[in-house]
Amino acid sequence: MAIYVDSGTRVLVQGMTGRAGTFYTDQAMRYAPTYVAGVRPGKGGSKHLGLPVFHGVAEAKAETGATASLVVAPADKAAAAMIEAIEAELDVVVCVTERVPQHDMSRVKAALAGSKTALIGPNSQGILTPGQCKIGVMPTRDAKPGPVGIASRSASLTSEVLARCSAADLGQSTTVGVGGDTLHGIGFVDCLKRFREDDETRVVVLVGEIGGTEEEDAAEYLSSLDYGKPVVALVVGRHAPVGRRMGHAGTLSIFGLPSAKEKIACLTRSGVQIAQSPDEVAPAILSALAAQNAVQSESVAG
Amino acid sequence: MLLSEYKSKELVAQYGMPIPEGRIAATPEEAEARCREIRAEKYVVKAQIAAGGRGLGGGIRFAATPSSVAEEARRLLGSKLVTAQTGPDGEEIASVYVEAAMTLKESFYIGFALDPRSGAPLLLASDQGGVEFEERARMDPEAVRTLALDGAGDADRAALAEFLAGIGIADVAAVDAVMAARRAFVETDMLLLEINPFARTDKGDWLAIDAKISLDKNAAFRHPEYETLASDDELVGIEREAQKSDINLVKLDGDIGVVVNGAGLGLATNDMIVDAGGEPANFMDLRTTATSFDIAKGVDLILKDPNVKVVLLNVHGGGMTVCDTVAEGVAFAYARAQKKPPVVARLAGQNADWGHRILKDRKVPVETYGTMGEAVKRAVELARGGR
Repeated sequence: MAIYVDSGTRVLVQGMTGRAGTFYTDQAMRYAPTYVAGVRPGKGGSKHLGLPVFHGVAEAKAETGATASLVVAPADKAAAAMIEAIEAELDVVVCVTERVPQHDMSRVKAALAGSKTALIGPNSQGILTPGQCKIGVMPTRDAKPGPVGIASRSASLTSEVLARCSAADLGQSTTVGVGGDTLHGIGFVDCLKRFREDDETRVVVLVGEIGGTEEEDAAEYLSSLDYGKPVVALVVGRHAPVGRRMGHAGTLSIFGLPSAKEKIACLTRSGVQIAQSPDEVAPAILSALAAQNAVQSESVAG
Repeated sequence: MLLSEYKSKELVAQYGMPIPEGRIAATPEEAEARCREIRAEKYVVKAQIAAGGRGLGGGIRFAATPSSVAEEARRLLGSKLVTAQTGPDGEEIASVYVEAAMTLKESFYIGFALDPRSGAPLLLASDQGGVEFEERARMDPEAVRTLALDGAGDADRAALAEFLAGIGIADVAAVDAVMAARRAFVETDMLLLEINPFARTDKGDWLAIDAKISLDKNAAFRHPEYETLASDDELVGIEREAQKSDINLVKLDGDIGVVVNGAGLGLATNDMIVDAGGEPANFMDLRTTATSFDIAKGVDLILKDPNVKVVLLNVHGGGMTVCDTVAEGVAFAYARAQKKPPVVARLAGQNADWGHRILKDRKVPVETYGTMGEAVKRAVELARGGR
């Protein structure tokens, strides 16, 4: 079990024939053979990396049964590529492209409304179900299958947290990089819902940071029901100076600038265990799982 | 990319938003000469900085005659203006904008932004416009109403007109002006457009008295005009230098120089330093496109900071940035540096061992640690004068 992608996922790549597209597709195919096609307008009918190339997504889907897409188009073409994949009704679309204009994402979000597609990104590291399917640029070296579901806003911290988990013998069900941009597709709440339904996932880790509303939305969702699985969160930027932009696109001040401390307070109130640093994530997961086991054996005994 | 007031106004005026007649000036003499070109009974002299809160900060002065315009300009130019949005150091005033002063009968706030959740363009409006708007909106969020707009066309003009009528803006001319602003917001890829106040004068004209625009620099590829509109003035010297090398760097006040790949890991590192009782000298995020030469330039900038007593190198290699690339960059910078503060390194992930070897072989004064916690603790110790 896993969320969004597994060994049955059939992936096409939009922008596969470019330099970045070739590199990422090759890496991902070596990891798991879930890739079925490439899309490049004007290059339909050719072959690349041993896969058939099509002019458009709908055609590629019809010919190969593709269910997911990796978008590696340049920033000025990424929105059109995402919209094409959404209109072709693929289940999952992962966009790793950085610096997509926000008004373009406004149009992509409009296309997503009412569609069944789960968009991951843009500016996302992608998604990885260890041993089954990798879409994007997530490092696989330290990943292994197991009970931890990870949803992260930060690529560098995903690598860090994932490595720490595996080192503590905590494998992952699926790791999702939701992306660092203000406007993006699925968020923490979508991942939490899927992880809740996933039998293999026994604990969820959220990796958040200053800006945006992901953490607040997650806290609201977790407060609204009995989630049934422990959730651990690392939210970085507690000591970042207020109002300065730190790498990722921040949120405009008119919507408020929620600090990491406010986010942590929100999450704590909704029962989430907070890790103060990447060093504390694996111990927090282990204690959450131990507590859960204790409760379970108690209820069995009682 | 924040635009100064006059550039913001010129931009919305191109789309049909009426603005008062004004001139930009860099010297008091220029301000006096140019204000004579404006037909006005009274003038207003406004400091041009890319931050709000100027009215309350003393950056907006009224003047009755061209000679008093010059006097006010002399007082403002070259001085530093501190407002609620500039930070404690303030911002130096390099130019002033001189305008015809208006008698305002009603002041509104009009803003456009993209909804951070749905992505839809939002129109924000309030009948509490003016210099104290931000304070009022903070106290009473109900004072700002929002309308979600769909698409970029003029199709929802009726909905927009009804919404504006709800806060007391009923004139056709005013609705036209807001529609013009909306087109400007979408067509020039603005992240934020604020008109405050959007006002009705005693003569019945609707004007943008002040405007603030933030452009999306990711859209610069389709806006050649951005280059003339915006400068990187919001960045201080070394931050701009770092950007040229694909490094996000923010200068802070501490004594521990920080070299990290990735924004999230950078924030986490700084959190840990402060938690351990230390103070970071900077925030750094090496972007995945940074080469070892770029990284060397970033490390140069840190080594030039006289406050830096120790450099903490925290890298998780993987994807596009591998540990040896970062280690190469650090070694280049140390080879040519005058001052060589100790380096505390924690390298993990792809090519970590190779990275450690490069640092040792190139005689970088390095101590290596296996976890972030240990490395941070040691860096704080060294910064405090420990051995």
